[in-house]
Amino acid sequence: MRPFNPKTLFSLAAVGVLALSACGEAPEEEPENENTETAENGEAAEAPEDVDFTACLVSDAGGWDDQSFNESAYNGLQNAIEDFDIDSNTAESSSEADFGPNVDAMVQQGCDLTFGVGFMLEDAVDEAALANEDLSFGLIDSTFPSDPENGKALVFNTAEAAYLAGYVAAATSETGVVATFGGIQIPSVTVFMDGFADGVDRYNTDNGAEVQLLGWDKESQNGSFSGDFEDQNAGRTLTEQFLAQDADIVMPVAGPVGLGAAAAIEDHGDALLIWVDTDGYESTDYGDIILTSVMKQIPQAVYDTIEEAVAGEFSSEPYIGDLENEGVGLAPFHDYEDEVDGEVKEKIDELIEEIISGETVVESENAPQ
Amino acid sequence: MSEADRKNDAAPESSSPAPAPGGALKEAESRLHYALRDLAQSSWVITVLSIVVALGVGAVLILATNAQVQDTLGYFFARPGDFFSASFEVIRDAYSALFRGAVYDWQAATPQRSIRPLTETLVNAVPLILAGLGIAIGFRSGMLNIGGQGQIILGATCAAFIGYAFQLPLGLHLLLALMGGVLGGAIWGGIAGVLKAKTGANEVIVTIMLNNIALYFLAWLLRQQWFVQTGSNQPIAAPVEDSARLFGLLGSGFRLHAGIFIAIAATVFVWWLLERSTLGFEMRAIGENPEAARTAGVNVPKATALVLIIGGALCGLAGAAHLLGTEYRLAAGIAGTLGFDAITVALLGRSRPLGTFLAGLLFGGLRAGGVLMQAQTGTPIDIVLVLQSVIVLLIAAPPLVRAIFFLPGTDTKPKKPRHRRRALRDTASRRAEDPALAGSAQGEGSQR
Repeated sequence: MRPFNPKTLFSLAAVGVLALSACGEAPEEEPENENTETAENGEAAEAPEDVDFTACLVSDAGGWDDQSFNESAYNGLQNAIEDFDIDSNTAESSSEADFGPNVDAMVQQGCDLTFGVGFMLEDAVDEAALANEDLSFGLIDSTFPSDPENGKALVFNTAEAAYLAGYVAAATSETGVVATFGGIQIPSVTVFMDGFADGVDRYNTDNGAEVQLLGWDKESQNGSFSGDFEDQNAGRTLTEQFLAQDADIVMPVAGPVGLGAAAAIEDHGDALLIWVDTDGYESTDYGDIILTSVMKQIPQAVYDTIEEAVAGEFSSEPYIGDLENEGVGLAPFHDYEDEVDGEVKEKIDELIEEIISGETVVESENAPQ
Repeated sequence: MSEADRKNDAAPESSSPAPAPGGALKEAESRLHYALRDLAQSSWVITVLSIVVALGVGAVLILATNAQVQDTLGYFFARPGDFFSASFEVIRDAYSALFRGAVYDWQAATPQRSIRPLTETLVNAVPLILAGLGIAIGFRSGMLNIGGQGQIILGATCAAFIGYAFQLPLGLHLLLALMGGVLGGAIWGGIAGVLKAKTGANEVIVTIMLNNIALYFLAWLLRQQWFVQTGSNQPIAAPVEDSARLFGLLGSGFRLHAGIFIAIAATVFVWWLLERSTLGFEMRAIGENPEAARTAGVNVPKATALVLIIGGALCGLAGAAHLLGTEYRLAAGIAGTLGFDAITVALLGRSRPLGTFLAGLLFGGLRAGGVLMQAQTGTPIDIVLVLQSVIVLLIAAPPLVRAIFFLPGTDTKPKKPRHRRRALRDTASRRAEDPALAGSAQGEGSQR
């Protein structure tokens, strides 16, 4: 009856797709020895000849595509794999109950160096480090509770870089109002906000100005939070409120939630964004509204730690990223290079000097000890 | 079959038809009641076949996301053998890792590690079984308790606080912490239960909202220094004292703890409660037909409230066992997705105690196996979620499974008359009932 039987249609389509896609040339050699990351199973696993080292990474609940620290750590690992020709293993955690089993699975897979990303993995990694003294462990954004010999903490004093961002924001703001908000109230987030608040204060004292900061009160440790690291709409709503209160520079410290803030700012048209963790000019699509970024060099820290471990020089000495070792820093102004006063730029360089020399101390109760 | 028939007869009254105030929700709810009842009728074969189909769907997804297989597909016509051998290897590796991670690992370094996967499955299953039982009690009584998540959070919170804030002797401390968990869950479930019994508030909405309240309540607590008692401002509480931890059963290297006995005991208790006790009979009666139950002298508001209180208590116990047995420290994500997984466990277990127990074991095994599968073969852990979802999806649609496997429709005989009967009764009751009464669900109707 019907001119086209759905089944016929479907199989025609399937054959067509197959025919189009499957006509490639067969490779000369067996493709199985490709050194790709996904080819870990089966015989493809015996890859590198010279270095026998496996570096592993366990994420927190954010996963590798969180555009924030999990992803940064993952990128650091990928760079290390390329450069040192090492093996790797990664595990994504879907909830807190997965942390222990995932770290344990990494140990069982013979990982020489296992990183836990985020303070939530503190206990799981600490425990594994105590139980496996011959293996090395790293912890990003947190310190080991029991300071094992084989555990290295990778922490970042982002307050120092955020201080600079606060100063620039206050100096650049035309309305005299700047704002910041966080994802969840945890130290690795609020440390940014503390530094930002101090930077704004510094500008006010130095110049007798009265730039106002919305969204964070360092004194009472109270401020605006979107509630998670996922809901971009919450970031948008918060930012719209800040804009309505005349803010013209906003710094979201909330991973992908910051993209919601970016969208609100783009709609508003007359405000700027300060990105965090990575250089937002490169990592997001909103380069044209990003004044600068507060960078946290997680990839570099992970890479360096792996390099040390591969060379047999792993130490439990914690890595504290600060302005001095360039573990944290302010990104270039990119499109706004000309808009920021030369004076302000000079002042920033001065401030960097002061902080490194210890003349100015950026204090934050949330900074890594 | 006799039980199923009895249920069919009793069915529609509990879910009065359309012209109710707030009708869409009621209607959807009554459909869910039918779905739940249908679930209970399909046979165990369907369950097993659903798992098979789910593994098949999972295999396709594993292949589709595997770079090696994609490469071989690119030159499929030039050398199809590559594609098939690569596919076979990938699937074999992934599923054998899943099995080895969940049951017995024959590739492990030591015999101890070989049997560890099975104990991990049990560890994962403990909270799933306990919370699943809590949800199942609700289902059997015609109530959709979506609040497992909140009840687990409250249970874990109370258990944790008792666990680290007090110094008590060994046995007593553990007992008190567990009781605290039970109480926390019972209170959280009880809020929904009492609201439903007293005011007829819809338990679905109330429990969902209570989930959010519990989550943010915990987030607030974790920022209070008097609560976390750690001296740091990380939102994580102090670890519970050793005296309050559920003791390990197999020594170091294993995480299996005494919680598994609690899960077994709770399963027996729920069976006794539902099948042998008067209260359980009343609970099932209001699930089948609250009007009839009221006529027969059941105190419907009381039974309604008790269902959610007991369900909440079980969920709270799940949270307590999870915290005191494996996690030890309270953090914002303590419940993970347990509360929602528990709903699927209860569905898969057909709301029967033993079924829920087995379903909890299966899901616990999938979780445990997923860890090894991800670590060893790089297969994304999300595949496990897909497996779980497909299993439940297919169990909710038995005809689909039968169609896939060309099985005869075992339920087809009662099906047709049932529909006609239902339709007849619906029109009859539409005519008979006055509009106000038509809207009455279990609780409110019985109050008049």
